[in-house]
Amino acid sequence: MPGLEDLYREIILDHYRNPRNRGELETPPAHRVEGFNPLCGDEIVLYLDLDADGRVADIRISGQGCSISQSSASMMSAAVKGKTIAEIDDLTRAFKAMMSIHENSLEGAETTDPIEAPDVKLGDLEALRGVVKFPVRIKCATLAWNTLAQGIEEASA
Amino acid sequence: MAVSTDPLDGTLLKEQFPLLSREVHGKPIVYLDSAATSQKPLSVLDAMDDYYRTINSNVHRGVYMIAEEATNRTEMARALVRDFIGARSSSEIIFTKNATEALNMVAQSWGRANLSAGDVVVLSHMEHHANIVPWHMLVAEIGIQLRWIPLDAEGRLDLTELDTLLDGAKVLSVTAMSNVLGTMNPVRTLTDAARKAGAISIIDGCQSVPHSATNVQDLGADFLAFSGHKMCGPTGIGVLYGREDLLEAMPPFLGGGEMIRDVRLDGFTTNELPWKFEAGTPAIAEIIGLGAAVEWLNGVGMDNIRAHEISLTEYTISTLHQRFGDRIRIHGPSSPLERGGVFSFDFDGLHPHDISQVLDQHAVCVRAGHHCAKPLMKLLGIGATARASVYVYNDTADIDALADALDATGAFFTL
Ligand SMILES: Cc1ncc(COP(=O)(O)O)c(C=O)c1O
Repeated sequence: MPGLEDLYREIILDHYRNPRNRGELETPPAHRVEGFNPLCGDEIVLYLDLDADGRVADIRISGQGCSISQSSASMMSAAVKGKTIAEIDDLTRAFKAMMSIHENSLEGAETTDPIEAPDVKLGDLEALRGVVKFPVRIKCATLAWNTLAQGIEEASA
Repeated sequence: MAVSTDPLDGTLLKEQFPLLSREVHGKPIVYLDSAATSQKPLSVLDAMDDYYRTINSNVHRGVYMIAEEATNRTEMARALVRDFIGARSSSEIIFTKNATEALNMVAQSWGRANLSAGDVVVLSHMEHHANIVPWHMLVAEIGIQLRWIPLDAEGRLDLTELDTLLDGAKVLSVTAMSNVLGTMNPVRTLTDAARKAGAISIIDGCQSVPHSATNVQDLGADFLAFSGHKMCGPTGIGVLYGREDLLEAMPPFLGGGEMIRDVRLDGFTTNELPWKFEAGTPAIAEIIGLGAAVEWLNGVGMDNIRAHEISLTEYTISTLHQRFGDRIRIHGPSSPLERGGVFSFDFDGLHPHDISQVLDQHAVCVRAGHHCAKPLMKLLGIGATARASVYVYNDTADIDALADALDATGAFFTL
C-alpha cells in the first residue's frame, strides 16, 4: 500500500509552501488562461509571456488548489521558463508519460506500451512520480500542464 | 452549554451495518460521509437479497404468485414512505431514481406546463446543483427568471427581503437543510410566504428527511424530493412527493410502459397516479430496500435520531474547537439546534484534498470538494471545503478519531 510519503515528497511540500513564479503579469503583452478541476474546484490562472522566438520569457501563476496541483504548477513554471515551445512540448509529453505509464500499470498490465517519452530530464518534477499511486490525484498534478498547453495554443494562434 | 442526553448508542447500532466492521489501511473504518451517502443496515441488504432470491419478477402485469408478491412488496414500500412523510395518499408518492430526478421531474413536467417567459422562480444561495441546474435549463428553454435568497453571516437564509423576492413569483424551491453548512431552514415560514405570494413550494429534503421526522402537511410543501441512499436505503431510488391535485394536472415526464392506460396508433392516455410518472420497469429491489430502510428508521425512531445528532453535533463542535482553537473554522450556524450533523471546515489553511488524503490514511472518511454547491462556495469565497457528516451509527469515538487524525494532518504538513 502506498504511504503518504510517496505522495508528499519533501520537494513537493517545499514548492507548496514556497511557490515559484507566483503572481500575475500585465495583459497584454502577457496571455492569461484559466484552468479548472471541476472535481475539486481547484483553479489555476496562468500568465504567459512568449517572446518573438516563441520562448517563454516569463510565466506567473495564481489561483488556488491543493498541495499537489500547486506544487506541480510551481515546478512547471520553473521548468518551462526560458524554454521554447518545442522544448516545452517534449517536457509536457515526458511529464504526462510519467503519469500515464503508471496509470496503465495500475490497470493490471505489467508494462503496456508506455506513451513514448521523449528523452528529457524532468528534474524536480520527478518528485511527482508518486502521485500515480493515488489515481484521484493525477488530475491535480496535470491541471497546470493542461492549462499551459491551452495557453500556448491560444498565445501562438 | 448544557449537554443534551443522547437516546441512542451509535456504537451499538454500528453492529447492524456490515460495512462499518471493515478496516481500511489496517485500521477500523471511521465513516464520516453520510451526507454523501449513508451505510445500509443488514435488514435492507437482506430485503433486497430476498427479493432477488425468492420473488424476482416484474411488477403489475403478472398474474402469477411471485409477480403478485413483488407487486405487493413494492406497494407496501410506497405505503411505508407515504406514512413516513405524512402524505395523504400513496398516489402522491412517486418513485424516481434519486432526488435529482425528482427535482428535474417537477421542473420539466410542472415547469414546462405552467411557466412562461419572465416567470420568476426563487431559489437560495445554499442550493445543491440538483436544485439549480434544472431551473437554469428552463431559463435557457423558456426564459424564466431566477431570484436568490441570500444568506446571513452564520450561513442561515436571510429572510428580510423574502416577501419582495417572492412578489410575483410562481415557484419557491429551497432545501430544507444545507449539505454544506448544515443549516436547517425554517421550511414552514418559507412555504407560508410562498403560498401567500401565489407560488408553489418545492422542498429539497435530501438532507432533512433522513435525519428528522418529516410531515409534509406540517411543512406545507407542495413537492418534496429526497433520495433513498442517504437514509439507509439503496442507491438508484428516490422519491418525489407531490400534492395530488398538482400531480393530476401535470403532463407525464417520461413515456413508455407502466405510465399508460391505453395506447393507440394515434395517441395514448395516461395511467392513474402515481404510475403516470413511473415509466418502464421500476427499480423493484431498490424500492423494497427503501421500504426496509423506512422500517428500520421507524424502529429506531426519527426523534431519537435527531436527538442523537444534536448531541453528536454539540460534541463535535466543542471537541474540535477545544482541540484546535483558531486553527479550525466550522462553517454554518453555531447552535446545534439550528443545524444538522454536517460539518464543513477549514483547517490550518490546508487544502481539503490534502486534509482528506491524510485522514484517509487514518481510515477516516470525509469528503473534500465543492459538494455540488458551487454558487455557495463562491459566496463563501472558497473553492472547496473538507466535510465530515454524522448519522445514526456514529459515536463520540468517531469524532475523537477525526480530531486525532486532524492533529496528525497538521503535524504532517508543518514538518
Ligand atoms: C441538498 C441535496 N440536494 C440534492 C442532492 C442530490 O441527491 P442525489 O444525488 O441522490 O440525486 C443532494 C445529495 O448530494 C443533496 O445533499
